[in-house]
Amino acid sequence: MNKILIIAEHDGKTLSPSTAKCVSCAMAFGGDIDIAVLGQGTGDVAAQAASIAGVHAVIQIDAAHLEAPLSVNHANEIVALASGYSHLLGPSSTYGKDLMPRVAALLGSNQVSDIMEVMGPYQMKRPVYAGNAIVNVTAPEGVTLVGTVRVASWPAASEGGGAEVRQAEPAAGPCADSAWIGLESGGGERPDLQTAGIVVSGGRALGSKENFELIYTLADQLGAGVGASRAAVDAGYVPNDMQVGQTGKIIAPDVYFAIGISGAIQHITGIKDAGTIVAINKDPDAPIFEIADIGLVGDLFNIVPELKSQLG
Amino acid sequence: MNYTAPEREIMEYDVVVVGAGPAGLACALRLKQKRDDLMVAVIEKGAEIGAHILSGAVIEPGPLNDLLPDWRDNPPPVCVDVTGDELWYLKKAGRTRLPTPPQQNNHGNVIVSLGALCQWLATHAENAGVDIFPGFAAADVRYREDGGVGGVIIGDMGVDIDGEPKDTYVQGIEIHAQVTVLAEGCRGHLSKRLIRKFKLDADSDPQTYGIGMKELWRLPEGRVQPGKVQHTMGWPLDKDIYGGSFIYHLDNDRLAIGFVCGLDYADPDFVPFEAFQQLKHHPMIRELLEGGEIVSSGARAITEGGFQSLPRVEMPGAVLIGDAAGTLNVPKIKGTHQAMKCGMLAADHIAGADAAEGFDQCLRDSEVVAELHKVRNIRPGFQKGMWKGLVTAAIETLTGGRLKRTLTNHADHSALRRASEFEAPDRGWVERDLPPRDRLASVYFAATEHDEDQPIHLQITEPEVCTTRCGIEYGHPCTRFCPANVYEMVEETHGLRLQINASNCVHCKTCDIKDPYQVINWVTPEGASGPNYQNM
Amino acid sequence: MKILVGIKRVVDYNVRIRVKGDGSGIETDGVKMSINPFDEIALEEALRTKEAGKADEVIVFSAGDDACQQQLRTGLAMGADRAVQIQCDQPLQPLTAARAMLALAQREEAGLVILGKQAIDDDNNQTPQMLAALWGRPQATFASSVDLQDGKARVIREVDAGLETIEVNLPAVISVDLRLNEPRFVKLPEIMKAKRKPLEVIGLEELGVSVENNLAVSDYTPPPTRSKGIVVDDTGQLVSELKNRGLI
Repeated sequence: MNKILIIAEHDGKTLSPSTAKCVSCAMAFGGDIDIAVLGQGTGDVAAQAASIAGVHAVIQIDAAHLEAPLSVNHANEIVALASGYSHLLGPSSTYGKDLMPRVAALLGSNQVSDIMEVMGPYQMKRPVYAGNAIVNVTAPEGVTLVGTVRVASWPAASEGGGAEVRQAEPAAGPCADSAWIGLESGGGERPDLQTAGIVVSGGRALGSKENFELIYTLADQLGAGVGASRAAVDAGYVPNDMQVGQTGKIIAPDVYFAIGISGAIQHITGIKDAGTIVAINKDPDAPIFEIADIGLVGDLFNIVPELKSQLG
Repeated sequence: MNYTAPEREIMEYDVVVVGAGPAGLACALRLKQKRDDLMVAVIEKGAEIGAHILSGAVIEPGPLNDLLPDWRDNPPPVCVDVTGDELWYLKKAGRTRLPTPPQQNNHGNVIVSLGALCQWLATHAENAGVDIFPGFAAADVRYREDGGVGGVIIGDMGVDIDGEPKDTYVQGIEIHAQVTVLAEGCRGHLSKRLIRKFKLDADSDPQTYGIGMKELWRLPEGRVQPGKVQHTMGWPLDKDIYGGSFIYHLDNDRLAIGFVCGLDYADPDFVPFEAFQQLKHHPMIRELLEGGEIVSSGARAITEGGFQSLPRVEMPGAVLIGDAAGTLNVPKIKGTHQAMKCGMLAADHIAGADAAEGFDQCLRDSEVVAELHKVRNIRPGFQKGMWKGLVTAAIETLTGGRLKRTLTNHADHSALRRASEFEAPDRGWVERDLPPRDRLASVYFAATEHDEDQPIHLQITEPEVCTTRCGIEYGHPCTRFCPANVYEMVEETHGLRLQINASNCVHCKTCDIKDPYQVINWVTPEGASGPNYQNM
Repeated sequence: MKILVGIKRVVDYNVRIRVKGDGSGIETDGVKMSINPFDEIALEEALRTKEAGKADEVIVFSAGDDACQQQLRTGLAMGADRAVQIQCDQPLQPLTAARAMLALAQREEAGLVILGKQAIDDDNNQTPQMLAALWGRPQATFASSVDLQDGKARVIREVDAGLETIEVNLPAVISVDLRLNEPRFVKLPEIMKAKRKPLEVIGLEELGVSVENNLAVSDYTPPPTRSKGIVVDDTGQLVSELKNRGLI
């Protein structure tokens, strides 16, 4: 019977949505699911973890030196908890990516990164070559499987669980060779293009730098990041760091609005992993409509203002 | 540049070869074979050998046999013996098999990937002691005190779009050499400069060109017939545009398919890329391609002028070889064997004379030029249309080129007719659905890459022409003859603007050739930029 | 102090990746191979550190067959002092790679190991962390800024929430992210000099490492292609559709 330990990600007060997604992945493996919450004063976080449906127990380890998410310290705790678990899973976030391989090596295990699908207790799929190929990975049975879960590939497990929360003492003291100095948040009023959940992008059809205001204001209304096609960048309407596409940023937001963007293959390469692609373009033959999940043919200069007023 | 650069570092060689194509590599290897004491360098602007090489290609192995007698024991990776030739005349929905003209009899020849052949040749050259430097572009000529060519200057790297040095700035070195071999291929930018400076074309006709576009396809298992060589003429072109297609069946379910159009066409609205895509939709071709996938695509101009357009190939300190001079044999549709022979001839000459002087006569007396002379009237015969061209071709073939006449070549850019004076015929083109959907999609398969923050390498010497005269007279043909969608006229609130998408460029040189005002000057971008062709 | 930089020979980032028909891997025939872009950034950082007088020697290493010597020579041409090829005929999974790197780091008594955060072929993002764990040393991953002072490295890391600063005592393992620096161009004369710099070949057995590739990787498939979705008639319908799908 599988026994799976998920390492929770949180900011001290709120559990990250990635944890519920790790639970879905764990459920695909099957077996008992526990969640480890490491930090300082994480009572609220542990309670949130315990309310995820399908969770058996939450192990809360509070210590001053665990407050900062330093993998040197967190790894020691996971390694100490590891015995008895068949699977150790973390999210494929910077926290999980930093932590899990350290855990794996300390346990003498290989690791499977970015699990996107589970076919059996030791059989998974993951993306390689920047997602241009998907491979099957078969891990050896009887060896603790350490992995990170590709968060974009899994739904969040539902609420309604009532797991017990167990306190545990830290197994190790602070590592003397690492010190956490500080965190500077993303900054800027808008979400970062690379990690935003919603992105609104404009193309050359906007026609000018000034017209791009339409894109910025729509994005702000949606709480979205802003991107642009290469053509818009080349035309000087927006700075280069907003470019989405093969020679710009490759992004995977949950929703991507392509406004006045024709959808050349070079641009599509940058958004192929987006959740839902919405296209607004006046050319019904624009290639973007071949891959858009929701398409609207029409003049963006009419549609975008309508959209803004209807979103209210 | 506003920045005052220090003096450039210098590297000394006996011979520097510009361009690692078949001519350059054959020359370099032969040089070391003849004179191992010579220090020979080959510089190549592509990121690796073969990155900028694109050709059909069916080659005559003669020069290879000469250069590397045991080459068959360890052949280049893509090498398929020709099993048969077919020439087809196409109509929109029909086809007629024509007898294979003697020049197109490929018995004994091999289908290769010229890029893979060059990589293979480069290995031989390196083993023989040639220093090969891919990723470095020869940006300028280095002149000796006496005004002769004394080597090349490698382009600076890490320069921003305004010409200012970036943090990664590296000044290009000077390569000094006793003899400089220009092996840049068709319409090489340094060759163009030197031909002008030394008036090498004073006594020859203008060079003429074609644009060659090619795609490499992977087809469903078993459909390809390795070794089969097919050529077509007729549809989708009309009788007044010279050109046709090639279809070469390789191994591993791969097919090389391409299209060549003479750049002396008159129709200002003609889009060569579109003609290529139409060709693929002919029933005979379509049934071959359906269900397959494109692996790679690209384009390159080729020289068509032959004998009459061959400039003087020597100047103080330097020689032109291969298609930098223009040795391609158009009726044979082959340039590689000529390029290699020419390169080897240059090597033999330089090995003996330690100088460029005398090479021109040497080339004129050689098989390379004899071959061009024999077929010199065939391509020019097509200036008056396809039917007259075929008649001329037949006569010239039967007489082996021994008739006294030599037809004249005219500059391609002067052939373009004004929009108001030309009415294009109905070519019977169809709706198409095979990939790539458009030029931008095609460029994707060329894997062309340029750091966008670098000086634009397509220099427009009179930019006002684009937004004034050209629109009225020709309707901006650059937006049509470029196979990579580099040029766009963008409608903006204050009028039309020429947008140059330099990073799409596949270095084919068509714009430099066909622009009716000759205001486009192609220069080399930063080394390692451009296409990344594989097995092309 | 010696800095060790690991580089991996990978399919060039520009290559259009195609999966082989039989699913056994991706097409590598005639395909351009280059130094993993993150590793170039790692090497650049090591070179700058040496140029700033904070290190004495930069050693570039790679685990692979003789083909990787091409990449090692490029590393030498960029400015590394010497190169080590860890000879092996099969690709190493991260745990074995980390063990081999540890053996080398210990042999060289390295003060710092700088690695790319992930290789663009496997995209694992594990080896630097594993090396640090096996070495019992701290790790600073996804570095966008590195400042070495008095036996410590102050590293700014790119994390999901923004930029995190940590400080680690050397020896340590740093993995680098894209924005750390822009690698220098190789200069022609350096290519010639690189041919004369030492390139040592050692075997895994010499390092006391045996291959433990116990993850079986198979059945390469291309990613699912997106297909055409629905077309709505007007903005109102667009908004309903977005709401129904819970997207806004």
